[in-house]
Amino acid sequence: MSKLAYIGFAIAGLFILAAIFAPFIATYDVTAQNLAMRYVGPTVEHWFGTDGLGRDVFSRVVFGARISLEVGITVVFVSAIFGTVIGAIAGFYGGFVDRFLSGYVFNVFLAFPGLLLAIALVAFLGAGQGKLIAALCVIGWVGYARVMRGQVLKVREYDYVLAARALGASNLRILFTHILPNAVQPLIVQASLGMAGAVLSEASLSFLGLGIPPPAPSWGTMVEEARQFFSNSPHVLFFPGMAIALTVLAFNFIGDGLREYLDPKQRSR
Amino acid sequence: MKYKLLNFARQLALMLLVIWTVVSLVTLLIEIVPGDPATVILGETATQEQIEDFRTKHGLDRPAFFFSYTSENGFVWNGGNNRYADYWLGLLHGDLGTSFRTDRPIRDMIFERYPATIKLALAAMLVAISIALPLGVLAGSRKNSLVDNFASVFALLGISLPTFVIGPFLVYIFAVKLGWFSPTGSLYPEDIVLPAVTLGAALSAILTRMIRSSVIEELGEDYVRTARAKGVSERKVLYKHVLKNGLIPVVTILGLQLGVLLAGAIITERIFNWQGLGLLLLEDGIGKRDYRLVQGCVLVISVTYILANSLTDFVYRKLDPRIRLS
Repeated sequence: MSKLAYIGFAIAGLFILAAIFAPFIATYDVTAQNLAMRYVGPTVEHWFGTDGLGRDVFSRVVFGARISLEVGITVVFVSAIFGTVIGAIAGFYGGFVDRFLSGYVFNVFLAFPGLLLAIALVAFLGAGQGKLIAALCVIGWVGYARVMRGQVLKVREYDYVLAARALGASNLRILFTHILPNAVQPLIVQASLGMAGAVLSEASLSFLGLGIPPPAPSWGTMVEEARQFFSNSPHVLFFPGMAIALTVLAFNFIGDGLREYLDPKQRSR
Repeated sequence: MKYKLLNFARQLALMLLVIWTVVSLVTLLIEIVPGDPATVILGETATQEQIEDFRTKHGLDRPAFFFSYTSENGFVWNGGNNRYADYWLGLLHGDLGTSFRTDRPIRDMIFERYPATIKLALAAMLVAISIALPLGVLAGSRKNSLVDNFASVFALLGISLPTFVIGPFLVYIFAVKLGWFSPTGSLYPEDIVLPAVTLGAALSAILTRMIRSSVIEELGEDYVRTARAKGVSERKVLYKHVLKNGLIPVVTILGLQLGVLLAGAIITERIFNWQGLGLLLLEDGIGKRDYRLVQGCVLVISVTYILANSLTDFVYRKLDPRIRLS
């Protein structure tokens, strides 16, 4: 695997550890305000300085990893399962089912650009972590469904599927024990790129005030709160901003690395 | 010819079907608002009479759809007198309804602000192309060189750094420290530069990677060897032969990314206080719970996106005969 993929695994691992052990790593309570210590730059007591309410930025960035990864993992997990099943059905049954699903349903969900559908859903449903996750799943599943459909279309023509059918295996058995395991590799790539997308989307929605409401330490919310006083205290924006960028970068590295690793044709490029 | 026409008709039918579904979904979005929209908009202090008036004025007292379902009455057929049919009738007359807040036609509110967003999206695209084209070609034609490595790092940064982190940094450096642009709003024509660079950064990264791999792929083709064998200069090979073929997939990405730019403009407009459709959606629509306005904005952005995609598909087929024939 490429060097970048290992760097990706290292950075992602670091953030995952930070998320798991957040209560032991954080040096202050994330909501504890200290108005006498507003916008203090990085010091020995406050490694990343303090924000506009005197809260410790380091502790908030560490706990922010929890929110980001929780949302990211849930979104990837739910949309991958949902997308895989729908994509598999479309690819396996073909004909009218495929034309309806991939020709019509996929296109409807792809017709909303980027975050717009999530923004619209959250605008009507109201903010909150659960609703945010639901909105991101609604826009996320199509990616997996398309990958899965393509894979199933390819794999179902192989001889071993024909052999299984000749032996009398049911459709479900063929789909789950023969086709699925052989179509799973590109899904792993899609999942790690999806993780980067979900982390970025959560931060974007929280930045717009449509994600996880304050005082929860979401990185997106922290960037939004820091923006007004950026020219005087850039550190308050810099650290959560870098946390978002590094997490997204790490999962992109992993996704790209895995794609190259799993597809030998790309390796020479 | 007959096959071509049939294919075109099928594409058109699919596009109309998708637009119909998108409009229907957006129309029915208001039904998922928890509680009564009238109370949400007028506030807890509104009298029963005010709420009734508001509901009558905006048709909220009428059924949402052709049929409804309640646990007491089961399925009830409401006939043509419903809000869904109203919305469609309005749409066909170019009417997107009136604002819940200001009573102004939504259409006017949107078309006042849409040009600013389109201007920003096009400027971002221009920025992206003018960075990505030279960088991508250089990186692709000198694989593994210093330029190539620089292009890779640049592309990764552009993809990973969120707009809302790039934006404030650009403002800090170029507006606050260097004073080249005004830090907030759009006072002068040149103030479009920072928002355009912010919005176009991610796209320029994606394009650089695409152009690079496209150039590498085309350089390995037989026609390049032929051109070189007959003595065509390397420069001509690159710019006349390779780019012509290598840019075809780039056109597709550009078309598909227009929608992403329109949606991404929401964040950029927020950062720079750029008075476009995104800010209208965020501040006047979502911020003031003007659901009718939110519907209108989402609808207009999505339909623009669908049309841009269909147009891209069409241009792509024209550019590459291989797709037309397959």
